[in-house]
Amino acid sequence: MTTYTLNVNGKTQTVDVDGAMPLLWVLRDKLDLKGTKFGCGIAMCGACTVHLDGEVARACVTPVSSVGAKRVTTIEAIGETKTGQAVQKAWLDVDVMQCGYCQAGQVMAATALINKNPKPNDKDIDMAMQGNACRCGTYVRIREAIKTAAGVDTKDTREV
Amino acid sequence: MADGNITINTSRRFFLLAAGSGLVLAGCVTPADTTDGAPAIAAAPAKPAAPVVDMNNFVAISPDGTIRIMSKNPEIGQGIKTMLPMLIAEELDADWSKVVIEQGDADQKRYGQQIAGGSFATPQHWIPQRQVGRAARQMLLAAAAARLAVPVSELTTEPSMVVHAATNKKIPYGDLVADAAKLTPPEPATLTMKDPKDYRIIGKSMRNWDSPKIVRGEPIFGIDVKVDGMKYAHFVKCPVFGGKIVSANTAEIKALPGITDSFVVKQVGASLMGLLDGVAVVGDDWWTVKEAAKKLKIQWNEGAAADHSTASFDSQASALAKAKPQAFLGPQGKAPTEANWAASEAAVNGAAKKVEASYTYPFLVHAPLEPQNCTAHAKADGTVEIWAPTQLPGQGIGLVAEALGVTADKITCHMIRCGGGFGRRLANDYMVEAAAISKQAGVPVKLLWTREQDTQHNPYRPGGYHNFRAGLDAQGNLVALTNHFVTFGANGRALGNATSPPTEFPSGFIANTTYGQSLVPGNMPTGPLRAPVSNAVCFAYQSFIDEVAIAAGKDPLQFRIDLLNAPAAAVSGEKGPMNAKRMADVLDVVRQRSGWASRTSLPKGTGMGVAFYFSHQGYFAQVAKVKVEQNGSWRVQKVWSVGDVGSTIINPTNAHNQVQGSIVDGISEMHQKITFDKGRTVQSNFQDMPLLRMDYAPQIDSHFHISSNSPTGLGEPALPPVLPAVANAIFAATGKRIRVLPAVQSDLRWT
Repeated sequence: MTTYTLNVNGKTQTVDVDGAMPLLWVLRDKLDLKGTKFGCGIAMCGACTVHLDGEVARACVTPVSSVGAKRVTTIEAIGETKTGQAVQKAWLDVDVMQCGYCQAGQVMAATALINKNPKPNDKDIDMAMQGNACRCGTYVRIREAIKTAAGVDTKDTREV
Repeated sequence: MADGNITINTSRRFFLLAAGSGLVLAGCVTPADTTDGAPAIAAAPAKPAAPVVDMNNFVAISPDGTIRIMSKNPEIGQGIKTMLPMLIAEELDADWSKVVIEQGDADQKRYGQQIAGGSFATPQHWIPQRQVGRAARQMLLAAAAARLAVPVSELTTEPSMVVHAATNKKIPYGDLVADAAKLTPPEPATLTMKDPKDYRIIGKSMRNWDSPKIVRGEPIFGIDVKVDGMKYAHFVKCPVFGGKIVSANTAEIKALPGITDSFVVKQVGASLMGLLDGVAVVGDDWWTVKEAAKKLKIQWNEGAAADHSTASFDSQASALAKAKPQAFLGPQGKAPTEANWAASEAAVNGAAKKVEASYTYPFLVHAPLEPQNCTAHAKADGTVEIWAPTQLPGQGIGLVAEALGVTADKITCHMIRCGGGFGRRLANDYMVEAAAISKQAGVPVKLLWTREQDTQHNPYRPGGYHNFRAGLDAQGNLVALTNHFVTFGANGRALGNATSPPTEFPSGFIANTTYGQSLVPGNMPTGPLRAPVSNAVCFAYQSFIDEVAIAAGKDPLQFRIDLLNAPAAAVSGEKGPMNAKRMADVLDVVRQRSGWASRTSLPKGTGMGVAFYFSHQGYFAQVAKVKVEQNGSWRVQKVWSVGDVGSTIINPTNAHNQVQGSIVDGISEMHQKITFDKGRTVQSNFQDMPLLRMDYAPQIDSHFHISSNSPTGLGEPALPPVLPAVANAIFAATGKRIRVLPAVQSDLRWT
């Protein structure tokens, strides 16, 4: 057991855990932040997507010992940013959700995309979002919601 | 009413005076709760402090006008939590903005059957749930009539308001509810329902009720449940189905840091989807118990299934296909005989042109994104409380009752939102495991499976082998078709969901069809995957029909319509329940919407294919447009879907979402497989059980063709046709048939 001091959603949090424990389980079971989801444990589904210093990270394969002083942002606080709020609103306006289990990760990935690339095109969306699986298959709406949040034309421009 | 976690609130009651009707009123005022079970976080909307009056089992109205509606069925992403209350609210003439939806607990005496499965909910509830709302409105009208001293016939309603037009008086429902709740509810048969042209809620797109909580990351799924004193559990079962435990080093595991308990759990009952032998590890957080379990040394008796392998299944199926079928498939009491089979075979053999092909599809896993989990507390007083993401709570309660030796009335089951279902959570193995572990550990536990466990312990969609022969006459008419279906089973019976319908199209639409069946011995756990049976059989039949159409030199879409329009005199064999005209109609509409006629001018490598299917009372025809690169990789560019699910699309946004998801799901299935070796499932996680991703999801044109029929469900029927539509489009693009799934097994390279 080692004591780690983390910056989570702007707050300083101290946890006493094994350094190999993934950030996902520190968030869920130690800090009671359950919005970040477990889907695969091997960074294959994206349900656990968080931001580390604004960069997308898969919390299920991020040992807590590797986090250091990086700012951890989770779905619970993404609405405190302008982009995050716009993405959340677009998700509601487009009515993306089916089961909703992957959507926290989708919102986190989409927010990171728009922060870096305020006017993403379909190729940008494909690149940025292919690590986030949606088992219900809401991709059509995720694409539309990202464009809605970014304020670009929602038409799917991929080859037909 | 535990719809979330942290605060499990049971103070609010929707009173019940008589079981079943859902219409019985209780004139009882209860204090409003402070939560609907949602976690108490800042973003949760404040609840009114006013008292609440229960109108019946489903509706409670507060004097401030808040209308609480109970949603009775499990929510798995199909949108039922929003849709059923829409039916009630419409006939109640509720102001939707004042509606609060709550999730009902498992309580079939109060709510009737509770299941997420079979796309049943729409047809089952279309009338009864509207009657619930109508009855409550009738009581509000009666209360207003008494207060205003006017006949009920002079009153109408506007949203959440009784209106007396003659005097221009309006009384809000909240002002009437205390009086109304004292009245005797009307008989459902006496109620006059709204004219559909007056609908204000049904037919409008209403956002998924839980969406605001989801985008804020609120803890509303099974995996998020937390109860006081709870420990975390991991459970290791034999990798071979039905294997028994011989010994395990539980004492060593129990001594590890962060671990509070470890013990052997023994099988109860005979079901492979019930409580099986295994080792539980219990501790302070889930990651620690999962890591500790890696140090387990378990000796298993793997049992008879240890020699099962897909390679062996395939070779047995191939040998069976060469022999005569073991049985012939027909509706109950009308099974064909060997003579019928011989006659159909002779008709094929004597035809001007013969078409023969074999189709194979693999076992599949459900893989809902939220791995199986359940929180359970087997209490010292003999009662059991369960928080379960389940599609069929009653079945799980039965398993728990049997395993723990308690009666079902001692078990409380809160239905928690499921992170996907797809049929997986119709089995409740994880529920009985959590309850058994809690009992043995003496503490409440949250059991959570790994993705690997989820992949390897599942009631799989069974694989199957279809061996078709068809005969065409000189004019290219299909005159005979046989299918020797090879599947899995024992003692002459196919395993669950390992069947092929005896009346499958074109049975009953052409002169000669007989379907036979043979069984590969097997006893792996199988179960319903979204659109069970249909999701498999449709690929085989609708692909083969395409081959036949091409061999006949006909347009594959028109060929299907011609078959559906076949005059009754020309046919033999039994027809299924499909209405041929409704199916032909959706085919015709998808022909127009997709620009089917333009397909002949597409460049090589790009093609369009069509398929149709009737399942779960829904009629779907779909056209897929696929581009195949010269290296053989392919992407579905667009799918046009036309569905006839009756007269009314209750919640259009959700209805289209189900269609879009079904199409993505179906394409995903074309890439997936589950195989077995040494009795074990080979695949383990998303690296070898891939899910379709954003970049491979097609554009989708979803359209509903409105008919005069009563509305039916949408969780499943849009899925089956997409697989053959895509496979047929790949043929159109390349001249190569996908006869084996997953599609990666076919070489689609072209020059």
